[in-house]
Amino acid sequence: MLCKRLIACLDVRDGRVVKGTNFVSLRDAGDPAELAARYDAEGIDEVVVLDVSATIEGRRALARTIESAASRLFIPLTVGGGVRTLDDAAALFDAGADKISVNSAALADPGLITRIAARYGSQAVIVAIDAKNGAVHGRSGSSDTGREAEAWAREAWERGAGEILLTSIDRDGTRAGFDTALTRLVSRAVQIPVIASGGAGEPAHFLDVFTTGEADAALAASVFHFSEHAVSDLKRFLAGSGLPIREC
Amino acid sequence: MIAIVDYGAGNLASVVKALRAAGAEPRVVTDPSGLSDADGIVIPGVGHFDATRGLDASWRSAIRAHIDRGVPLLGICLGVQWLYAGSDEAPGLEGLGIFEGRAFRLTGDVKVPHVGWNTIAPVAESPLLTGVAAGAAVYFTHSYAAPAGAGTIATTEHGQTFAAIVERGNVAGMQFHPEKSGAAGLTLLRNWVSRAL
Repeated sequence: MLCKRLIACLDVRDGRVVKGTNFVSLRDAGDPAELAARYDAEGIDEVVVLDVSATIEGRRALARTIESAASRLFIPLTVGGGVRTLDDAAALFDAGADKISVNSAALADPGLITRIAARYGSQAVIVAIDAKNGAVHGRSGSSDTGREAEAWAREAWERGAGEILLTSIDRDGTRAGFDTALTRLVSRAVQIPVIASGGAGEPAHFLDVFTTGEADAALAASVFHFSEHAVSDLKRFLAGSGLPIREC
Repeated sequence: MIAIVDYGAGNLASVVKALRAAGAEPRVVTDPSGLSDADGIVIPGVGHFDATRGLDASWRSAIRAHIDRGVPLLGICLGVQWLYAGSDEAPGLEGLGIFEGRAFRLTGDVKVPHVGWNTIAPVAESPLLTGVAAGAAVYFTHSYAAPAGAGTIATTEHGQTFAAIVERGNVAGMQFHPEKSGAAGLTLLRNWVSRAL
């Protein structure tokens, strides 16, 4: 049976993980490669590296960061943040990314989805959607794009996206739980997997978004960063609740 | 040396890296002449079956000659579908026909494409499966799959049962991505590599 996936997100700026971790076992908790390897050992199903660098120098550091992380990782690795063109995507694939996540650039130029999919396959293209009250917002600006999350997800799928990464801006950082209603709406609108993001705080939130929210995967950052056994404990809880989960 | 056939179907970086981790010395080859000193051949591939157009007549005859000579071959994802007669995804194109049947589109009350970790169930004994726990999960991403049948050594269920791992003589194939399947995937690759070297 197809397993529900847990995905750890690493926010990276200038080659360093932005939010540190409490993992005492890590020599350098700010090193994305070391943290990614740690998560892999812990049983995470996938890793997403999200570049939040604001400068060109920071962006240049990304390819090296990805090379380093990918060299030790044998699970899917997604890279997002600042991918504007097919060439940007190509550089990250060359560095070892398995999938690329596009957000604002796809809103501005939806054909980008198709162009990356045509060259690397749909499985390599994730369209990230940031939603507030069901409306799509651009990543950089907080502007409402005039699109509905459900309709944009469907369009992205039709244009060749392989997965949707759906983040609830309302819930992000609140630890109050995922937006299960929005997740279910989008999950039912497309045939491709929907990754829920934003609001994870406790194990019950994951159970809720996988069952009620019909999410195929759930992504979190800080809840995995804070404890040494967060991933394995969460997997045990979800498996014990009857969900198909990959055992490691 | 393990030759990885580059016929333009996607990104080969992960396959190279994983084969190296499995103890092989991989080399990406873009021309059939690159197969001449290969101890093993990997045919990777993602995307639409139409991409196997890149495996033209010269590739076909070279690959077949190496198979006949006993060189171990491993098809991954689209690469294994090409080892069948063909695929419903591109009915006009012929596969190599090592295994009987054609790849079909997954259906049922499930999402297609089939993306993520799913379990494999052994249905025959093979050294390829040594050290892989029954019920181990591996990483899939595909919409078409080959039917379970002669040569199938492990199956997976998604809407219906399909062939996850196949083997006939020196020719093997995996519908999932062993290079992205964590420890289980590396074990499978190591088992295959140890046969080639």
